[in-house]
Amino acid sequence: MDETTYMQSRIWLEEPEPNDAFACRAAYCHGYDVYGEMLGSAGWVDMLYLLFRGEAPSRAHAAVLEVLAVALANPGPRDASVHAAMCAGVGGAPAAAALTAALAVGAGGAGGAREVLRCMQSWASCGTVLEAWQLHFAEQAGPGDGPPEAWPAAEHPAGFAPLGVDTTTPVQQVLARLAAFDAASRCAWLRANLRSLERASGHPLSMVGVAAAAFADLGLSPDQGEMLFLLLRLPGAAAHALEQRASGHKQFPFYALELDAEAAGGER
Amino acid sequence: MTEKNRGPELLEQSVGRVRSRVGGAFIGSHVMYRDKNLHAELGDASWLDLYLFGITGRRLSPPQLRLLEALWVYTSYPDARIWNNRVAALAGSTRSTANLALSAALAVSEGTIFGRGIDIRAIDFLLRTRAEVQAGGELGALVRRELSARRSLAGYGRPISNRRDERLDPILELARSLGLADGPHVKLAHDVERYLLDSRLRMTMNYGALAAALTADMGFSVREHYLYSFVAFLAGMPPCYLDASERPENTLLPLPCAGVAYLGTAKRTWSKA
Repeated sequence: MDETTYMQSRIWLEEPEPNDAFACRAAYCHGYDVYGEMLGSAGWVDMLYLLFRGEAPSRAHAAVLEVLAVALANPGPRDASVHAAMCAGVGGAPAAAALTAALAVGAGGAGGAREVLRCMQSWASCGTVLEAWQLHFAEQAGPGDGPPEAWPAAEHPAGFAPLGVDTTTPVQQVLARLAAFDAASRCAWLRANLRSLERASGHPLSMVGVAAAAFADLGLSPDQGEMLFLLLRLPGAAAHALEQRASGHKQFPFYALELDAEAAGGER
Repeated sequence: MTEKNRGPELLEQSVGRVRSRVGGAFIGSHVMYRDKNLHAELGDASWLDLYLFGITGRRLSPPQLRLLEALWVYTSYPDARIWNNRVAALAGSTRSTANLALSAALAVSEGTIFGRGIDIRAIDFLLRTRAEVQAGGELGALVRRELSARRSLAGYGRPISNRRDERLDPILELARSLGLADGPHVKLAHDVERYLLDSRLRMTMNYGALAAALTADMGFSVREHYLYSFVAFLAGMPPCYLDASERPENTLLPLPCAGVAYLGTAKRTWSKA
């Protein structure tokens, strides 16, 4: 970098207004004129794909991302991340606190973005080889010996629902829709081998597993998939936080408390 | 899918209630904090004492608490160039709330090259290495193995500067005065530094290794050290937020368009394939 530049980017170029070095006259995303050319002809998912992949999406990839964006937009108020946003809403916390809460709770390894990352890492190592997945699940059954990190260790195979009974109808619907785009895709392979993978993992497929397969089909890295999963689930969290803020704390459960013996402190 | 899957049954057991082994609030009556009545039995505890009791389930001694609080004091830098502090300052400059600013700045402190990621790796390395040395392992080989596996040694070297960490002497001086500087993990941390310097690896010990060694000598686990360290940088953040919020809005680290070097694809015409 020369003396007048402080940051660098392969994504974004801004040109200044002639009379103001700090005001943007034109912005280019990976070379495309955002306000002069993309506006009106590019959709939201086109922009997302461009930002993450650096290229305009094919029609098929844009369609995959569109399906995924709708499918992930609202996990619903039973989901922990949306519940967290509603906690922010009911207490009157700022909008950003609601989204922050949803991001933090929806980031984890149990149904959250870290699980997406782990599942995409599994895709990278196993590909569309059933025996590789079976071996992968068998190896995961033992205690993990990886280095400790802030993320708690995985407690179930990434992409599968440890407390589920069967792959749910919406998960099957999303997978079927995504699989139909390309017979050679990971989603199509996942759908064709679903029963075998469920047997090998011991669990039904989850929406996380579908999202991870679709992200891999889009050519995203695990880091990118983790980030996009966080982002795509925010609309529902936002809407439910606002709904809860409006309906107030009397319409939001405080719940009963059951203390285990060690916390009961004798008579208490 | 499987007959033996008892997930729904497990979930059903927890519908409509919070189960807790760490306490709860009986509004209008009393509050249990772990197995103690907060107001009757913990009312004289300092905040740090209570915080660590919440993490470890143990009450630490006054000298230990003194040192643990000092560790936070010695790493509280009101410098908005530091990445986490910069988040707090940028939030001040953009007139966001202080609560959001500090929350985000603390979240950003969970880096992999500084902050919480280093804390975890540093104490894990020291706990593992001490056990292996005690079992007859050779320190140099263990350090080389760690460097080979992780390409760095948490708690040694610094991302911005390779000068001696200015926090070490004040911490060690206080630890000595409190009789807490001679534990086996602190000794090990020094031995590792000596090995690195003798091996011409030019990595001196930093705050991360010493803090981890001191808490390891107090019996902290990896997770306990991680949770203890959560607010380590906090006191440096409010001044950064306040300073930026008291200057003209949006004037912290302004960038002219030319301040961002573009390294990407040349201009092209938009068309979806």
